[in-house]
Amino acid sequence: MEHLKLATMWLAGCSGCHMSFLDLDEFLIDLAGMIDIVYTPLIDAKVFPGRVDVTLLEGAVANQDHLEFVKMVRARTSILVSFGDCALTGNVTAMRNPLGGAEVVLRRSYIDSGDAGAQFPSSPGVLPQLLDRVVPIHHVVPVDVYIPGCPPPASRIRAVLEQLIGQHPAQLAGTDLKFG
Amino acid sequence: MAAVKTLSIDGRLINARGDQTILEAAKEAGIAIPTLCHLEGVSDVGACRMCLVEVGDPPRLMPACTTQVFEEMKVQTSTERLRNFRRMIVELLFAERNHVCAVCVANGNCELQNLAERVGMDHVRFDYLYPKLPVDISHERFGIDHNRCILCTRCVRVCDQIEGAHTWDVAHRGVNARVITDMHQPWGTSPTCTSCGKCMQACPTGAIFAQGSTVGEMERNRSMLTFLINAREKKQWNI
Amino acid sequence: MDLAELQEIGEKELAARKPIRIRVCTAAGCLSSGALDVQKRLEEAVERASLGATVEVCAVGCMRLCCEGPLVQLDPESSLYERVSSDQAPSIVAGLNGGAVTARRCDPGRPFFARQKSIVLENCGAIEPERIESYIAAGGYRALYEVVREMNPAEVIDAVTRSGLRGRRGAGYPTGLKWGMVAKNQGPHKYVVCNADEGDPGAFMDRSVLESDPHRVLEGMAIAAYAVGADLGYIYVRGEYPVAIRRLETGIRQARRLGLLGTQIFESPFNFRVDLRIGAGAFVCGEETALLASIEGGRGSPRPRPPYPAASGLWGNPTLINNVETFANIPVIIRNGPDWFAAIGTEKSKGTKVFALAGKIRNTGLVEVPMGTSLREIVEEIGGGAPEGGKIKAVQTGGPSGGCIPAAALDTPVDYESLVQLGSIMGSGGMIVMDETTNMVDVAKFFMEFCMDESCGKCIPCRAGTVQLHRLLARITQRKATADDLARLESLCQMVKLTSLCGLGQSAPNPVLSTLRYFRNEYLELLGDDAATPSSTM
Repeated sequence: MEHLKLATMWLAGCSGCHMSFLDLDEFLIDLAGMIDIVYTPLIDAKVFPGRVDVTLLEGAVANQDHLEFVKMVRARTSILVSFGDCALTGNVTAMRNPLGGAEVVLRRSYIDSGDAGAQFPSSPGVLPQLLDRVVPIHHVVPVDVYIPGCPPPASRIRAVLEQLIGQHPAQLAGTDLKFG
Repeated sequence: MAAVKTLSIDGRLINARGDQTILEAAKEAGIAIPTLCHLEGVSDVGACRMCLVEVGDPPRLMPACTTQVFEEMKVQTSTERLRNFRRMIVELLFAERNHVCAVCVANGNCELQNLAERVGMDHVRFDYLYPKLPVDISHERFGIDHNRCILCTRCVRVCDQIEGAHTWDVAHRGVNARVITDMHQPWGTSPTCTSCGKCMQACPTGAIFAQGSTVGEMERNRSMLTFLINAREKKQWNI
Repeated sequence: MDLAELQEIGEKELAARKPIRIRVCTAAGCLSSGALDVQKRLEEAVERASLGATVEVCAVGCMRLCCEGPLVQLDPESSLYERVSSDQAPSIVAGLNGGAVTARRCDPGRPFFARQKSIVLENCGAIEPERIESYIAAGGYRALYEVVREMNPAEVIDAVTRSGLRGRRGAGYPTGLKWGMVAKNQGPHKYVVCNADEGDPGAFMDRSVLESDPHRVLEGMAIAAYAVGADLGYIYVRGEYPVAIRRLETGIRQARRLGLLGTQIFESPFNFRVDLRIGAGAFVCGEETALLASIEGGRGSPRPRPPYPAASGLWGNPTLINNVETFANIPVIIRNGPDWFAAIGTEKSKGTKVFALAGKIRNTGLVEVPMGTSLREIVEEIGGGAPEGGKIKAVQTGGPSGGCIPAAALDTPVDYESLVQLGSIMGSGGMIVMDETTNMVDVAKFFMEFCMDESCGKCIPCRAGTVQLHRLLARITQRKATADDLARLESLCQMVKLTSLCGLGQSAPNPVLSTLRYFRNEYLELLGDDAATPSSTM
């Protein structure tokens, strides 16, 4: 049986969800026998493959790079999973939204709180532009599965993966829906 | 004394006093109807619409907390459309203000969070509004974070009806509505607040909190309120 | 005050009338076009020409054709002049002696006037609203006398019931039935409340009645109070109607001075006093339970019903709450009898209805027609159709609670049931005409914005739901929405409609649902394919 092709990535996130993924502990060994991990920041992959079965995306969409990446991933993935509260709701990364647009936030961080030589960080082509609003992934592209939690406990991640590997629709219920 | 009525809830025949609400009758029969703005011991306002049930045929949607039972009333508490609507109400609340469970003092002890689980909300299908809302920690013991407030007005009713101070009320309209202290002033400057903490006990979310508690530490002692009410109304001084 | 004195006041008033009367409309519309100055110039011209013995200038109320104000009409020759400027005013006086009149003539026999049936508005434009003697001379307070001295409360309720009168706002609840409920309910005190918080954008029927014939409403309330056993009444007027407020205050004062309000009215045991309560800019206070909360001094938030105000209203007491136009029908029902009233209109909708015609229509103003008149007759024959040969596309009735009726359905007779079947409501009587240049999605968005701004904030579906509905509509009009968004819009509309606590939220989705029903293609044209939206299985 062909292995499920799994990709993961974090956008505007703390990578805590990925740490929780690693908390799968011994199950990771079983997992390795059931899936092919084709892209993840954990293994220095450089190119996102042309076709992926399941992508776990952690973090919210906060800058231009994230926006483009998310759209590219959506086009190449069968099942897109919003992984963790930042991806689902914006969470902490979206707490800058009420303050105003990108400029307000950059000014507060780099000018008002800056020392000598305070200036907006700028490196076109290298440093992506901040979006005026941080948004959850499903506000940009359609998402298929949602895993709440900050971070989602490993057991919850395992439950979803097992369902997806078994080609069942991933359904979480009860306390597995707890945010935070 | 109101006469006893027989009614059916979810197909079960139950008895209730004629002056009881559907919510009270259901609770006595062990049938759980979700609520948010209802607080045992203070008046009901029918504001959150979570407790809407279907009554009669063709079914009318009525709030269980304010609707009195009548003889041969037929009530359905959990039809598909009711479950749909309840989920939408919770989603609307999450989208309306900034509810960040991960960093909230009430994380794990929050009625809104519990409701989200109960209605099966795994994500919010509405636009998040991200309003800019203040945090007031001028009071020496408590604070209010308006980002977490759902305008259930339980604090208003508790302070008015149980403490008798009426420090809290509501100002403005629609999404701009806000709970305010006295004449819309910082809580710490309120001349009417008695610092009794009942509003904090009554608050379903992490909006009104005790200073000094950090993420996930806000545990409430709702039994304190029930104790007071039992003491006053039924003259029972021990639980 | 007894009948003889009442009649004497009327006779004296008529006797004092000069042979020639120049009536100037001083309702809000004409006032803002300079009617007071026109009146002053007319009076000066009469004095200069020494015609004071035979000519008088009277400030009257609404003459209906608001778009052509200031309006001036002469008695007995009935010449009517429109858009009268201060400079043209003296020429009208000159015209009495054969001089040239520079003011523009308006045909008083044109369809706009001829096709109307004035019952509620019968005195508007004819009597002076700031003089109770003028109202009495027109037969005013005669019905109150008859009720208080010659009928018992049950007979009054029976008359109102037999007339078939239905509440002239909201859902058109049978008025006699409501009065009967309040009469039968027990309470330490009973109240009569007049809802004059006319809040629908584009509606000015109540304003006109209050400015032009305030005593009619007072008389109607007094008759109601007698019938249900109340002795205290409140008129809740929106603060944005200063002229109406002033004229009501004057009217109440004058009525009390003559003993027509207060204690032992017409020397009977019946007491009734009326107080004004002024609104402060909240549309939601037009909802009856929110209005009552406001009168009680609280926040204008609605309460769940049941219990209904007829059982538990002001301070928990049985309260009769009716609208201005409903009360304005009462004196004439008593005077001419319920059978006369029931002969007008359709089988289920009796009497007339006052509409405020506005929008893309030639003749903007007040229109009163019998129930059952077709929409086509109202907008095309009376209203004159769309200006500059445009084509009527839709007619919006019921304000932000109502719906848009497409041009294809214009032959529908106007009554409560037929409008509901078309997906709209009679509502207040605001009637806004739209032509081919109107975008229906914009219309829906406008009304949703209004509801969003006016939501009181108590219940979640309305407070949070109208914001989301407005955002969805804005996205659609900006061409940033997809088919998923449209599905979400429809689903949320149903939810807000069914779960909101009061009529504001329950009817906020109506303009959206109505325009989706008849003008769905206008929504579909604005949708795009970009999958840049939240996925949904709503």
